[in-house]
Amino acid sequence: MGWILVTSATVILFLQNYPLYIRSVPTENELKFHYMVHTSLDVVDEKISAMGKALVDQRELYLGLLYPTEDYKVYGYVTNSKVKFVMVVDSSNTALRDNEIRSMFRKLHNSYTDVMCNPFYNPGDRIQSRAFDGMVTSMMIQVC
Amino acid sequence: MEAAASGGCGSGPPLLLSEGEQQCYSELFARCAGAAGGGPGSGPPEAARAAPGASTAASGPVADLFRASQLPAETLHQITELCGAKRVGYFGPTQFYVALKLIAAAQSGLPVRIESIKCELPLPRFMMSKTDAEIRFGNMAELHGTKVQIPYLITEKNTFKRMDDEDKQETQSPTMSPLASPPSSPPHYQRVPLSHGYSKLRKSTEQMHPAPYEARQPLVQPEGPSLGGPGAKPLRHQASLIRSFSVERELQDNNSSYPDEPWRITEEQREYYVNQFRSLQPDPSSFISGSVAKNFFTKSKLSIPELSYIWELSDADCDGALSLPEFCAAFHLIVARKNGYPLPEGLPPTLQPEYLQAAFPKPKWECALFDSYSESVPANQQPRDLNRMEKLSIKDMADFPVPTQDVTGDDKQALKSATDEALPKDMSEDSATPKDSNSLKARPRSRSYSSTSIEEAMKRGEDPPTPPPRPQKTHSRASSLDLNKVFQPSVPASKSGLLPPPPALPPRPCPSQSEQASEAELHPQLNRAPSQAAESSPAKKDIPYSQPPSKPIRRKFRPENQATESQEPTTAVGGPASVATVKPHPTVQKQSSKQKKAIQTAIRKNKEANAVLARLNSELQQQLKEVHQERIALENQLEQLRPVTVL
Repeated sequence: MGWILVTSATVILFLQNYPLYIRSVPTENELKFHYMVHTSLDVVDEKISAMGKALVDQRELYLGLLYPTEDYKVYGYVTNSKVKFVMVVDSSNTALRDNEIRSMFRKLHNSYTDVMCNPFYNPGDRIQSRAFDGMVTSMMIQVC
Repeated sequence: MEAAASGGCGSGPPLLLSEGEQQCYSELFARCAGAAGGGPGSGPPEAARAAPGASTAASGPVADLFRASQLPAETLHQITELCGAKRVGYFGPTQFYVALKLIAAAQSGLPVRIESIKCELPLPRFMMSKTDAEIRFGNMAELHGTKVQIPYLITEKNTFKRMDDEDKQETQSPTMSPLASPPSSPPHYQRVPLSHGYSKLRKSTEQMHPAPYEARQPLVQPEGPSLGGPGAKPLRHQASLIRSFSVERELQDNNSSYPDEPWRITEEQREYYVNQFRSLQPDPSSFISGSVAKNFFTKSKLSIPELSYIWELSDADCDGALSLPEFCAAFHLIVARKNGYPLPEGLPPTLQPEYLQAAFPKPKWECALFDSYSESVPANQQPRDLNRMEKLSIKDMADFPVPTQDVTGDDKQALKSATDEALPKDMSEDSATPKDSNSLKARPRSRSYSSTSIEEAMKRGEDPPTPPPRPQKTHSRASSLDLNKVFQPSVPASKSGLLPPPPALPPRPCPSQSEQASEAELHPQLNRAPSQAAESSPAKKDIPYSQPPSKPIRRKFRPENQATESQEPTTAVGGPASVATVKPHPTVQKQSSKQKKAIQTAIRKNKEANAVLARLNSELQQQLKEVHQERIALENQLEQLRPVTVL
């Protein structure tokens, strides 16, 4: 179970409920974002289990808005290998539509698979790929 | 005069450069900019140089230049930040000039501050000129009107030898604070009489010694402080690498003045990489899987993050496997990294798969390659920078074929003398590079057996050289098993049976498991014995065992190379050998003789295996004893430390 948290910008990628990758654009209040992400992990788990075990294939990877707070919206995405991506965006970012969030998750997923292709990457390590970083940075710049 | 550099960003302080400084800096800048390509430099296109474009100095050559100044890394970082390159992301003229000034200041002992550059400073010195750089620069300017080939220009071998007056002049004015790179003691010829060497260079070749290489040149320590330290090693590598490159360049058309030399793969390297690829994957058009490549590259002893990054750079299509051009690129990056070059931000254009495929469209897979290789090998031996390797602990290199190239003949001799003892091989060419596993590995044909001997030698390091290969005990009675013949490199016929390691062959002892060292040793032993014409099998076994499992990794690599091949050969040899011997026999006895030979072969092998295992056993027993003793000692200590009251 991986985690990626992306806020307006925080990206946290978690594996088995511990973080694989964390990135925030506004670097203050990171702790708050982390807290939100952890709570949203439960929501993600709930959504996954709600699907039922037989529907793994049919389950959509994109989980949508997990729960909105007054300031932020949290989106979730889970891969078939149970790596969770969590993105927290600023509510004031009304320009962000669902499609954009989906595309961002897709990009994250693609980059993540690229990272996995690297034989020197052991699943469970923190992700230190520069390509991944670059992609996330560009995404966050686009968002903010 | 006011340097134009003061313009530009305008954020830096106005620079006042003297005539000499102006000339020197612009020269350096042009060189660095010309060498652009590998770095992320990008800036206002002023077309200082045509092809490489951008009038900004690429960070690669610039970094090398800075390192050549022999300032500590922290100082260089400070300078980089101060000059504004970090801020803007590239080295424009302004930043570059400011940086040079700061380097000069640092070398003069002044703190790295913007204020420092306001005063009159001598020219920054790079790599060598410990002395009066100004004079030198001045001279050079006179000597070579237009282009002062950077003082730190590397020295061609021929230039190395020339310790001319200028070199002596630069004696030692150690106003600069030499440090960072350990001023190893390059042999005399390595001292770069810059100006002198430079003039020679210009006369002799066109080369432009790319800044990075030059920067890597062995330090000239006029003072002779701690010459010949460990730094000599990397320097030598660089030197050889540079030389090889420059020589290459000589032959090639120097279109771009400063192409990405560090990232350009030469023909020899290419062949080497291709051969390595073949050792891992016989089909040149298919892929090396990620795990195989990982094991292979892990032997290079680079850190995992670096290897991960290199992979990221080289696996362009992110498919988790390496095609031949991707493999070459990755290998080249590893080589460069081992030689100290920083990894680029992005894959340099010369390492792009398309480029590599275009540049080297036809890898010569056919046997002709090997045959021709044998001739070229001697020539290549020297090119490999092994003479420097002598200082370099063979062990470091032994476990990973990092080809460094050195083309000079002088190196040859040095290599020869240095490596003679370690080279017990049968290599026809000068035994110069036996110590260099790279060179060994670079020789494909010899790979099957001479390389093993080389590896042995390398492993042993200082052990006395084994007698030249041949007549193995195993051959004493088997008329059929003339392994020497079988393993002749010029045997294309058998090559098919010998060389292509069957992919299905279980990977030799995993490099990561030292416990398998015994297994690794065993197999290589077995494999080497038959295939190795080099030594008698027992001797062979002894040798590797003299280096007990403490060096499993090194072994692992070799086994991979040889074991897979050798194993095939051993079995294959047994077959054809027995078959061959059968022929002369009368048909009546065909069957029995064949079987007899097979049995004899098997017996031989088993005996060898037994001997190997026995040795291993004894070694392990020894270790066990030692461990026991340690344990006893520790228990004693524990007893003593127990509080008395416990009684």
